[in-house]
Amino acid sequence: MKKKNGQLLQGNEAVVEGALYAGCSFYAGYPITPSTEIAEVLSIKLPERGGTFIQMEDEIASIGACLGASLAGAKSMTATSGPGFSLMQELIGYGVISEIPMVLVNVMRFGPSTGLPTSPSQGDVMQARWGTHGDHPIIVLTADSVPETFEMTVKAFNFSEKYRIPVILLLDEVVGHMREKIVLPAEGEVKVVDRLKPEMPPEWYAPYADTNTGVPPMAAFGDGYRHHVTGLVHDAQGFPTAKPEEVISGMDRLFSKISRGFSEVCLTEELYCEDAKTIILSYGSAARSARDAVETLRADGEKVGLLKLKTLWPFPKAALEKYANSVETIIVAEMNRGQIYREVWRVARGRWQVGKALAPYGNMLTPEMILDVARKVTK
Amino acid sequence: MTTPNRIILDKYLRHNKKFPHIWCPGCGIGIVLAALLRAIDRTGWTKDEIVLVSGIGCSSRAPVYVDFNTLHTAHGRALPFATGIKAARPPLKVIVFTGDGDCAAIGGNHLIHACRRNIDVTTVVVNNYIYGMTGGQQSPTTPEGMKATTATRGVIDQPFHIAELAASAGATFAARSTTYHAKELESFILKALEHKGFSLVEAISQAPVCFGRRNGMGDPVEMVKREKELAIPISKTADMTFEEKRDKIVTGIIEEREAKEWTDLYAGVKKTAGEE
Repeated sequence: MKKKNGQLLQGNEAVVEGALYAGCSFYAGYPITPSTEIAEVLSIKLPERGGTFIQMEDEIASIGACLGASLAGAKSMTATSGPGFSLMQELIGYGVISEIPMVLVNVMRFGPSTGLPTSPSQGDVMQARWGTHGDHPIIVLTADSVPETFEMTVKAFNFSEKYRIPVILLLDEVVGHMREKIVLPAEGEVKVVDRLKPEMPPEWYAPYADTNTGVPPMAAFGDGYRHHVTGLVHDAQGFPTAKPEEVISGMDRLFSKISRGFSEVCLTEELYCEDAKTIILSYGSAARSARDAVETLRADGEKVGLLKLKTLWPFPKAALEKYANSVETIIVAEMNRGQIYREVWRVARGRWQVGKALAPYGNMLTPEMILDVARKVTK
Repeated sequence: MTTPNRIILDKYLRHNKKFPHIWCPGCGIGIVLAALLRAIDRTGWTKDEIVLVSGIGCSSRAPVYVDFNTLHTAHGRALPFATGIKAARPPLKVIVFTGDGDCAAIGGNHLIHACRRNIDVTTVVVNNYIYGMTGGQQSPTTPEGMKATTATRGVIDQPFHIAELAASAGATFAARSTTYHAKELESFILKALEHKGFSLVEAISQAPVCFGRRNGMGDPVEMVKREKELAIPISKTADMTFEEKRDKIVTGIIEEREAKEWTDLYAGVKKTAGEE
């Protein structure tokens, strides 16, 4: 990783490089296209660096093993696609309420069910937000290129460690399987965050106590800080509770620790948005077509901008609201039936028009498809 | 020589956890937990190096009461979590405390694969033939003909024999005892803890409120006596047919053999990979 030379890497390989850069030392997974290369490459590279790779019997076991490894102190990751992501939902909620860092990569394919294996889709956006039962906070990141996949994988680990929460990296088949040039950063060039460890004597340690950031320090099993971890609602000690005041403070802290970090977590990229009357909002591989469409329209003299989401959840609504007084229409370009479109419509509250350019049949969203929609608006 | 139960309990129960526990009067889970604690005490392991993992169900509530690193996971998933902990940090002593529904129904796939991997985790299964926490539904071990709230006319499914299932799936130690044979149970658990590889101890236990009551099995004492009457040591079963054994509780060590253990094998993989 010391060399500065560019490499030709696949998106899935960039996930591996990002994970290793961020200090991932544990991977558990189950094969599923189009994510399998992540497991294959890590099965080679993790043992070379003293890390652990294990192939589990299914996706439920995979996320379970990752959560267990994280409790033992390891930065852990699993990767899957739609059907496996569905199986993992229950334990995502376990990771959220028990505040266990880990990274879950979902390289999306067309669904529901076995769907179109393995045509591209961005159909799991709402599942990533709401798939596990119960109200819960979540962080979901995405990427539109091989270098950005590396960047967002490191960020996924950093956010999961900092906020003690599972982070979902939602890629699509196109990004996962695409090869592009990437220059991997040298050690120390990109910030890597490790979870906060307790420094107080063990008898003072409360694994779920509130702190000034809302995130309690996390001891690993075996560090001498014996404590209890449960999926039941628990008090500051981790013991089950149904006392209203403890339920309220515990559950509110789960949400507030993330909302306090919105400005850091909600990542977007903008192009020509300042004077734009029309903004095309997109993410993942669809954002590549959106960028192409925006350049074409700008060359035609249209005041069009691109707002690319790198964070899907929490939804970066501040990035849209910044243009509430200047933008007339936001067109959402995505490869599903309008999952982020509805979110943009919700945030708009009538302040701007909302249009959509969708590819909901396992097909790529092309620049032409976006241009067709955008030209009707800009005319 | 033997440390009294009271001293053991005082040493390992959590003093900062508000009791009472959730178990019904006469339930056998406490007997199994006490046998586990006595066995742990005999290993000489420290509390800090022990991780006690469970799933969901009555028996899976045990970890919260004891002073180790404790993990109460989701229904059926104790073994995947335990596997992750052991694989990531092999020096830890990882013990799973689970029930028949948690381990053999919803967690059945994880059980056979943990056995197959022969990873150094000890699993103690409290088999009381019933789902107690939800009020008495049939479990994968409920004997045929017995009644449950979801089988009021009697169970028609064949039961699993968990210890034999584990042995045939590759567990290198598997044993069965009962809450009546509490000292034997303790000795099997101790052997399991000290065994290198995946080990499982099935503890036949009574659930007087959720199982015995619906099946005319009398009070807890009668249920425990019944375990004594039905128990037959494995050494006496060689000439018995499956039908003859069916209504008995075969006790003893079902499997005990040496085989390469997963974390040792993986340490070899790491060594080879590092030298390449």
